[in-house]
Amino acid sequence: MYRYDEFDRTFVLERIAEFRDQVQRRLSGELTEDQFKPLRLMNGVYLQLHAYMLRIAIPYGTLSSAQLRVLAQIARDHDRGYGHFTTRQNLQFNWIALKDVPEILEKLASVEMHAIQTSGNCIRNVTADHFAGAAADEIADPRPYAEMLRQWSSLHPEFTFLPRKFKVAVTGAPHDRAAIKVHDIGLQLTRDDEGRLGFVVHVGGGQGRTPMIAETIRDFLPEEDLLAYCEAILRVYNLDGRRDNKYKARIKILVHETGAAEFAAAVEAEFAALKGETAPLPPDEVARIAAYFAPPAFAAMPARSEAFDRALHDDPAFARFAARNVHPHKVPGHAIVTVSLKPVGTPPGDATAAQMEAVADIAERYSFGEIRVSHEQNLVLPHVRRDDLPAVFAALSQAELATPNAGLVTDIISCPGLDYCALATARSIPVAERLTERFADLDRQHAIGDLKIKISGCINACGHHHVGHIGILGLERNGEEFYQITLGGSGDESCAIGEIVGKGFSSAEIVDAVETVIDTYLGLRNAPQETFLTAYRRVGEAPFREALYAAAQ
Amino acid sequence: MPLYRDGGFVEDDWLFPPDDAPLPASGKVAVSKARFSAERDTLLARSEAIGVVLEAGDRLDDIAADLSRLALIAIRFPKFGDGRPYSLARLLRDRHGFRSELRATGDVLRDQIVPMLRAGFDALEPSHPGTIAALHEKRIVAVSHHYQPAAAGVSEKAPDRHPWRRISVALP
Amino acid sequence: MAKRPKIFRPVAATANDLSTGAVVFRGRDGTWSPDIAAAEIAATPEAADTLLAAAQADQDADRVIEPALIEIVQAGAFVRPAALREMIRTTGPTIALPADPPPARR
Ligand code: SF4
Repeated sequence: MYRYDEFDRTFVLERIAEFRDQVQRRLSGELTEDQFKPLRLMNGVYLQLHAYMLRIAIPYGTLSSAQLRVLAQIARDHDRGYGHFTTRQNLQFNWIALKDVPEILEKLASVEMHAIQTSGNCIRNVTADHFAGAAADEIADPRPYAEMLRQWSSLHPEFTFLPRKFKVAVTGAPHDRAAIKVHDIGLQLTRDDEGRLGFVVHVGGGQGRTPMIAETIRDFLPEEDLLAYCEAILRVYNLDGRRDNKYKARIKILVHETGAAEFAAAVEAEFAALKGETAPLPPDEVARIAAYFAPPAFAAMPARSEAFDRALHDDPAFARFAARNVHPHKVPGHAIVTVSLKPVGTPPGDATAAQMEAVADIAERYSFGEIRVSHEQNLVLPHVRRDDLPAVFAALSQAELATPNAGLVTDIISCPGLDYCALATARSIPVAERLTERFADLDRQHAIGDLKIKISGCINACGHHHVGHIGILGLERNGEEFYQITLGGSGDESCAIGEIVGKGFSSAEIVDAVETVIDTYLGLRNAPQETFLTAYRRVGEAPFREALYAAAQ
Repeated sequence: MPLYRDGGFVEDDWLFPPDDAPLPASGKVAVSKARFSAERDTLLARSEAIGVVLEAGDRLDDIAADLSRLALIAIRFPKFGDGRPYSLARLLRDRHGFRSELRATGDVLRDQIVPMLRAGFDALEPSHPGTIAALHEKRIVAVSHHYQPAAAGVSEKAPDRHPWRRISVALP
Repeated sequence: MAKRPKIFRPVAATANDLSTGAVVFRGRDGTWSPDIAAAEIAATPEAADTLLAAAQADQDADRVIEPALIEIVQAGAFVRPAALREMIRTTGPTIALPADPPPARR
């Protein structure tokens, strides 16, 4: 993990002092709410339905046990004993008092964390593959680059007042677990013919009310040009992005209205000019940052683990867990474990203080003290010995964190929706909870197989419904909640925006409707191995539409 | 409007005639980009210094050739959340080698002063009373450690051998 | 929300407390409290305008933020917001909040 030195520490402490001053000026009346609002947003403080919400940055989703324990303590001391992990690998507290925020920021700083740029029209917390540094299919670890981007974008003097927010995601593996094509900039590590490291650069993806898949504007960007090229993209966007209409201000609209080729040409021209003005990334600085992410001291282990095989054979519950929540690791004898924050009937992504502490302890004992937050709102233990998997399963089960549902129908992504969010048009968590209850039967879940349901409580699409295999969007009409279903979306390398299948469903109907979609799939798949998405792509939406609406006609 | 330059408030020595008013016979004058283009030769023939006032949406291409003859460029922030002037300032300093006064006008607030100075502005024309008072009383609380080099000509320390780290020499 | 509806229904003024963010209602005595039962209810459009002006003045005085009028439903002494959103603001999320077992059971 990256560790702060004196410079980094001073930077964060100065930022806290600055924010403390801003809060004091607000509380004393020197700043009006109109003046203060953008300042508090720059530091992750929103006003939601019930109180202020504080969003804490978890850079590229990497956490240490010590950090997670402090988050648990903040949940207890300043909130109601739990926190919400978001689709941007951040953590939100829902019941924060403004006057407490400086103190909370100090507690965060004690473990090298902050809330800088978790909101506002700036470059937001950079996200990355949650299996980074561990995944068997990885070309290179994306986190050193995400860290360089984090530093470079922190209080950037040119790019702090962009037309709109700006999200960057980096992945180091061909299988895209970071949804890079629905980001403002999506970077994919790759090697050229000579084996040099670089990036494929995608620009202009996004969800929200106008979902768009990013355009590829560079097939190979040498590693050393990363920051200069990003600077070029940001400068073109800062100058040319629309500022007349908030809903057309994201870079995706600029790319779309300019045309991808012309936009790419503008970036290349700016980049060519910038190259003379900025130094390329020096190799020793890249090496210095990369050293922080050096693999931990893995023991030499045989690829097969007897303890694992025995548990697989003896314990069906463990076998189920292993089938879904254990993933291949690049080092023999090791595995990646998904810690499910999606037990039946609970809000997706929420974790209590005790659960956070349990994960911190388990990670310390079995995963080199490292934890990841996934954009799918789960936690991840990246480096577990296969021999230890039965013990990890037992410990997670104790804390109700071992639901064997990673990637299954109950592993639902859901935004907070109308239960918390001031912008919501409908509730999303209760729909998620009812769906998990409907599909609680684990045999049935495993029989259905890979399926991503994603729910947003309004058109802003924080719940990523556009890229859900089944997407659910909560809306409101005449004071009643209703839900629109989209089908066939996907956030990985086969990125697709889901299609609206037909008119919406009432809150009472939505769970049945989803079940109808799933039963239709089960009836038409040509083999149990044919996933929902594959089947959908083969047959299209017609059979689903028919099943959903035939009865009504 | 009070003018803050080189760490203190000073008397403004520039005149800003509106576009439809005649140019004053003498004195340093700064005009809009449109007027500069229309009356370029007259303006350049004056014996005293001339400057241009840019709007956030203005581009530099059509005045780039004349930049070395300008002693002032003022860029107006229509509202503090409009970040285009920061990019214009960077381009002026880093790409066009503009070394004369670069002034921020319009919605200049204390919480944006450090990024303004780092982007290359060296004079500020705040109208917000709290900001003016804070500058007078040196009560600006801001971050002095940075992860990016500032614009060309801004003096900052490089604290160690890390290529992009900088520390402000003095905060306002 | 601050817009006056076409058919007038009684309204109360709500906001969030500046320092804590808590949901509050403007009471008949001019103070703000979490108790909707104590809220002043404007039964005419004119009274609603006066109430909103008072709420906005309280925002200008840095006591509360984001004041707004909300339609309410009255049944005798019982008062509740008409809209689901405002019900949730008043009574909290509609779901069970995550909670650790009490320390004794842990
Ligand atoms: S999608 Fe809408 S309701 Fe859900 S968190 Fe985002 S803004 Fe709020």
